[in-house]
Amino acid sequence: MKFFDKYKWSKYLLTLVLTTGIFAGAVFLSSYINQRKLENIRELQDRVATDILSSETQFDLVKDLSCEDVGNTYLSKDMSDLAERVAYTEENGTSPADSLELKKQYSILQVKDFVISKQIAERCNNLPVTILYFYTDKESCPDCVKQGYVLDSIRKQYKNVRIYSFDTRLDLTTIKTLKEVYGIEDQLPALVIDGIALKGFRSVEDVKSVLPSSVTNAVVQ
Amino acid sequence: MSLTSFATYAITFLAVYVQVFILITFFERRKELKEQTSDERPPITHFPSVTIIMPCWNESKTVHGTVESLLALDYPKDKLFVIIVDDGSTDNTWEEMQIYKDHPQIKIYHTENGGKHVAVNFGIDHATTDLIGCLDADSFVSSHALIDMVRIFNNRPEVMAVAPTLIVHSPKNLLQWVQKVEYNMSVYLKKMQAFLNAIHVTPGPFSVFRKEVFEKIGKFKKAHGTEDQEIAYRMQENHMRIEHCPTAYVYTVTPDTVKKLYIQRLRWIYGFIQNTVDYRRLMLNPKYGNFSFFTVPAGAISIVAVVYLFSATVYNIIVYIVETVTRWSVVGFAGTMPTFQFDWLYINTKALGMVTILLYALVLTSMIIGSRIAKQKLSWHIISYMLVYSVLAPLWLVRAVWNSITSKQPKWR
Repeated sequence: MKFFDKYKWSKYLLTLVLTTGIFAGAVFLSSYINQRKLENIRELQDRVATDILSSETQFDLVKDLSCEDVGNTYLSKDMSDLAERVAYTEENGTSPADSLELKKQYSILQVKDFVISKQIAERCNNLPVTILYFYTDKESCPDCVKQGYVLDSIRKQYKNVRIYSFDTRLDLTTIKTLKEVYGIEDQLPALVIDGIALKGFRSVEDVKSVLPSSVTNAVVQ
Repeated sequence: MSLTSFATYAITFLAVYVQVFILITFFERRKELKEQTSDERPPITHFPSVTIIMPCWNESKTVHGTVESLLALDYPKDKLFVIIVDDGSTDNTWEEMQIYKDHPQIKIYHTENGGKHVAVNFGIDHATTDLIGCLDADSFVSSHALIDMVRIFNNRPEVMAVAPTLIVHSPKNLLQWVQKVEYNMSVYLKKMQAFLNAIHVTPGPFSVFRKEVFEKIGKFKKAHGTEDQEIAYRMQENHMRIEHCPTAYVYTVTPDTVKKLYIQRLRWIYGFIQNTVDYRRLMLNPKYGNFSFFTVPAGAISIVAVVYLFSATVYNIIVYIVETVTRWSVVGFAGTMPTFQFDWLYINTKALGMVTILLYALVLTSMIIGSRIAKQKLSWHIISYMLVYSVLAPLWLVRAVWNSITSKQPKWR
């Protein structure tokens, strides 16, 4: 024992305290920043919710608006941005409970946006075309990953397509109802394109073949 | 928390712990360090006799320069002797040595090739001086190196060996420049280990021992190609203090190709693992102090950390490639083009990411302090070092671990 310096153990202990402090500080700071990020996403979500509510209200009030105006005015442009943020938070967030809650709220917003999109489509030459996408985790559904890539590609190519993704693991009656309405059972991935249910993986070409020409002719520049 | 997350946190925690421990030591002893590195060092009055042993194996190109640097040492000529041992060279090293055969300070010997430690032991057998040093024939000493080391021996009777400050000699390519950064950082680590009485290597280039070290614990032993490490372990086991002299600059030639560097490091890491296994009784044993609780565990942690992080990186690269190929096969190349859009949301703000940045900052601090101690200029190669070593170091570390598991000793060079 004589070979230890005078302050041998206290130094090891001090180092332990400092290192633990560094980690605790990092965890605290990380948690603080991530809460700010969640707040930021919630603000975006609130904005989308307000957009949707506003659209519903306007839609009821102004029945004779032209279809061009409808397309540009009613549907929230923040949906895809919100989708990316929610997905990122789910993968990288530090609070799974908060991420799950965020995802549930986002799913409900999607349903509301889907309903209003359908109403617009009924009045305006069946545009935009809506795609409902039901998926689950990649371990139990490897094709869901590929289907996600396909839909991502479709979304980037065609401006008159609105895609709504639903994680079937979420305990939401809204999603269960949608699945029942379109006869989606456990065969995932599953798509509903303009009311037609397609079960199992569908390639880009498969999806394109189902889309009306009014959609495929209007590509994103 | 998953097992991999826990492992990542645990390894990162230990890595930070090691860095913080070293930094605390630095702040504790910086006044002493300042004195030791001062340009105004007191003169010495007692000059013990010294023999420097130079084992040579195919060193015909560098042997002259090394001997001349020894003869230029600022030390009384009648107290300084050199023994050059040609360890069965196959080039004309022996012929080159002949010019010193009548030199009053130098003795030259030729032996059958038996390895570096055999040649050094041969020299020790022929040395009769108070202090005995070794110098690899590819290294050059600064003129005041020996006198600064002797000052430590004079002032501190408990010190049994003194290690030098190694500096890369005339770096010519990127690989040598990044080694220079590494060596400078090692000066800091070595000095802190010395403060902790926990040095685990007495480097081949110009470590100096009291003669009684070899009388009491024996000479060098064959030890997995790292005999200079084994003797340090043995000295620690026998409670013999090893010091470090920050101003004893020794300029050493470092590998200039990736292959040579790989072979050297493979030997070093393999030697570290094997010597640690051989001396496992010293691990976490209070009898052996900081050597047992800090130096050896820290070395082991660094190997585990690099192997683990390397495995994780390879796994992540494979996952990325599989994802990209899958995406490519599904939507074609055009659909795989990434889109760049900056948003603070997508910046990694996980605690582990922050701690990792701090860890890099601590390593950078080590480089800066090391450069200051070694009185070397900082260069942008600190960035090159991080890049080059993050690719190369895992290769020799993983291979050394593999060789240790399969008991396959790497070649010397």
